[in-house]
Order: sequence, then C-alpha cells, then structure tokens
Amino acid sequence: MNPADILIDIFLLLLMAAVAIAIVRSHLMFAVVMLSGIFSLLAAVLYVHLTAVDVAFTEAAVGAGVSTLLFLATLALTHVNVEEKHKPVRVVPLVIVVATGAMLTWGTLDMPHYGDPEAPANKHVAPRYIQESPKETGLPNMVTSVLASYRGYDTLGEVVVIFTAGVGVLVILGRGRRRWRPGVKDEDGDNLEEERA
Amino acid sequence: METVIGLFNYWIVIVLMMAGFYIVIAQENMIKKMVGLSIFQVAVFVFYISMSNVFGGTAPIAAEGFTRYSNPLPHVLILTAIVVGVATTALGLALIVRIKEEFGTIEDDQIRDMEEHGEESGA
Repeated sequence: MNPADILIDIFLLLLMAAVAIAIVRSHLMFAVVMLSGIFSLLAAVLYVHLTAVDVAFTEAAVGAGVSTLLFLATLALTHVNVEEKHKPVRVVPLVIVVATGAMLTWGTLDMPHYGDPEAPANKHVAPRYIQESPKETGLPNMVTSVLASYRGYDTLGEVVVIFTAGVGVLVILGRGRRRWRPGVKDEDGDNLEEERA
Repeated sequence: METVIGLFNYWIVIVLMMAGFYIVIAQENMIKKMVGLSIFQVAVFVFYISMSNVFGGTAPIAAEGFTRYSNPLPHVLILTAIVVGVATTALGLALIVRIKEEFGTIEDDQIRDMEEHGEESGA
C-alpha cells in the first residue's frame, strides 16, 4: 500500500464528513443545497481515487448535477429560504444516532480491512468477471459488460424504476391534477368542474 | 494503527450515514430531510466502493500490462443505485411541492399541528 494513497483517501473522507456536518448545522436552504452539491462532487473525486471511474462519472453528472438542479427547482417552486425553528441539537435523536453509530462501528471491527484483495467481497463471482468478461463480451470495460450483459435484468429493472418515478412526478405535478379536486376554484374564480364539462 | 487505517473508510461512512439519519429524524424542513436522505445514500455508496477497492489494483478496464483490477461488481450495483436514488429524490421533491401548495408550509411539525387541530390552510 502506498502511504500517499492512504493520505489522499483520509483527506477526502474528512472533507466529506466536514461538509456533512456543515449541512446538519446550516439553516439557510440555499447553502444546504449547494453544500449537498459539493458533497456529491467530493464523493465523485473519492470514487476516482478508489478506481471506480464509471461510478465517479455518474455521481458527478447525476448526483452533483441533476440532483442539485432538482433541489434548486424545488426551492424556487416552494419559496423556502430558511428552515423555520432551526434547532441544531436535539437530545433524543442525537442519542439514537450516537447509539446506532456506536453499534455500527462495533460491527466494522471484524470486517476485512480496506484494500484487502482476499476479502470475501472480492472473491466468488468477481474474479470471473475480471478474467472472462473481456473475452466473453469483447468489451474492455468490465463495468459496462457486467451492467449491460451479465446483470442486464438489473438494468432493465432500473429503467422501470426511473420510468415509474417519471410518471409519478408527472402525475403529482402535471397539469391534469386540478381536475382531481372537483368544486375547487382556480385563480380566475371559475369552477374547474364546470370548465371541464 | 493498521486497524485504524484498515477500517477508517468504514468509520467515516458511519459518520456520514449518521449525519444523514440525524437530519431525517431531527429536523423538520422536508427539503432538508431529502438532502439528509441523499447524504445517507452517498454514505452507502462510499461503503460499497471502499469494499471493492484492492491495493495495487487499477480501474476495471482491461489493458495490457495490468493484472490486478478493482472488483467491478460493486461499481455496477452503485451505478444503478445512484440513478435510482435521483429518481426517488425527484419523486420526493415533487411531493414536497404538492405539500407546499396544499398546506402552505413544508415544516413537518407545523403540518402535524394542522392535522391535530383540524385546521385547513392553503388550498
């Protein structure tokens, strides 16, 4: 293991932790959204460092880009600027969080160490993907061949989820929703029910 | 010292996860709750990607002169999870916009008060 690699890793992780705590403490919504964008970008840099280049690409485009855009659009639509009744510290949730964190930390103690090639997660099916997939699919990028070929149904399921979410957003925010509330008057004072009939 | 370096990634993941969890359970603003959820998600992603990393390994793209690669499977799973995460975020934010129109607020405690006292605001 290279000490410089470990130092970069620790530095990026500490930066992410600092940004996360800044998000917890901030009550200005614009700052919260911008910090979450920074958080995603830091995550993307960390993924490059951990050699997950495809994931970094997606995180930078989708996590830092599209997500932040969606949050900003929501801020614009709801006209929310600050969090009301901001309480940075609340005792009962803090106790729950610290207790859960302590238990999870205890659970990590017998985990295989970071970067261990003998870890169970890196055995089983992974060596087969690494050795056979360039020959079997003809693609040098193993992530692509696993995504589109070996686990193609996974990706199909992902597309179904995105489609469902898209339909859901359209149903919730689409133009047709006013018809679902008969008897309610719109901005002109016209009864929508009559207007439709 | 070796244990600390070997487990440091997981510990920071837990810190991030708990920061997101705290926002979701302790803070009232719904947009902030969604930010908390996405922090929680990124924590899980970092956990998976940390486990897939192998010392001395390179990115899982076959090339001459490299024999040791990171595990590609967690990368694929997280690639899927990132996109699904954004889809759920979009749905949640759409619901928040609707809630704002209906209740006039997106603070969880105020909405709970309204429901308890049978008040109808907004609409």
